[in-house]
Amino acid sequence: MAHITLVAIGGFFGAIFRFGMSNWIKSKYPSTFPIATLFVNLIGSFLLGLIIGANLEKSWQLLLGTGFTGAFTTFSTFKLENVQLYEKKNWNVMVLYLSIGYTVGILLAFIGLKIGEVF
Amino acid sequence: MQYLFVGIAGILGASLRYLIGIYFNHWWLYDFPLATFLTNMAGSFILGWITTFVPRLKFLHPYMITAIGTGLIGSFTTFSTFSVETVQLVMNAKWAIAIGYVLLSLWGGLLFSWCGFNLGTSKNEVISK
Repeated sequence: MAHITLVAIGGFFGAIFRFGMSNWIKSKYPSTFPIATLFVNLIGSFLLGLIIGANLEKSWQLLLGTGFTGAFTTFSTFKLENVQLYEKKNWNVMVLYLSIGYTVGILLAFIGLKIGEVF
Repeated sequence: MQYLFVGIAGILGASLRYLIGIYFNHWWLYDFPLATFLTNMAGSFILGWITTFVPRLKFLHPYMITAIGTGLIGSFTTFSTFSVETVQLVMNAKWAIAIGYVLLSLWGGLLFSWCGFNLGTSKNEVISK
């Protein structure tokens, strides 16, 4: 199958899963802290670590990595939520969100890579 | 139905990100992950702008607005690749590039998002067809 088709299929499901999961989290646990996007980004970082670490075939990497986890996680919403927190003067939440997002995200990607390498 | 729109927009966003990555691989031969970085910066700016500006375009269905923001731009930018690229730089002992990548993404993303956000709020008239 053409490479871009694999990315497209992954992107389709990745976007839908992110939208669904964040709607579900927002309805179940409403809070000023953007846990929905944070959760999606952390899970996705771990998953991509696994995929890259396991050194899957190119096709699987494009479908699951570039396509699915690429679309499932998002950078733009993460930043926009920070700007919105800044505008509302929720400094504490903003700093906490940024700190957890970056440190835990990178850490989980590392753990994912290490676990992936075992397989 | 709304999920379908988000999914279709996700196809566009992910494909576009993939193509930009391929294009950069042809000529960008340095360790700094420029393709992901520029994609994320551009997307942060556009989402900031779209979020404040597009709801005033009264002829656009709310589903379309969600599809463009959440689906298209949301899938175009990515956090997972950023995290893994950072880890790979650290694993290859490219500490300076790794730290630079994190700091530039953190502050650059905030700046671009904020600029887009303010550009969208600067014109307060309602635009209708």
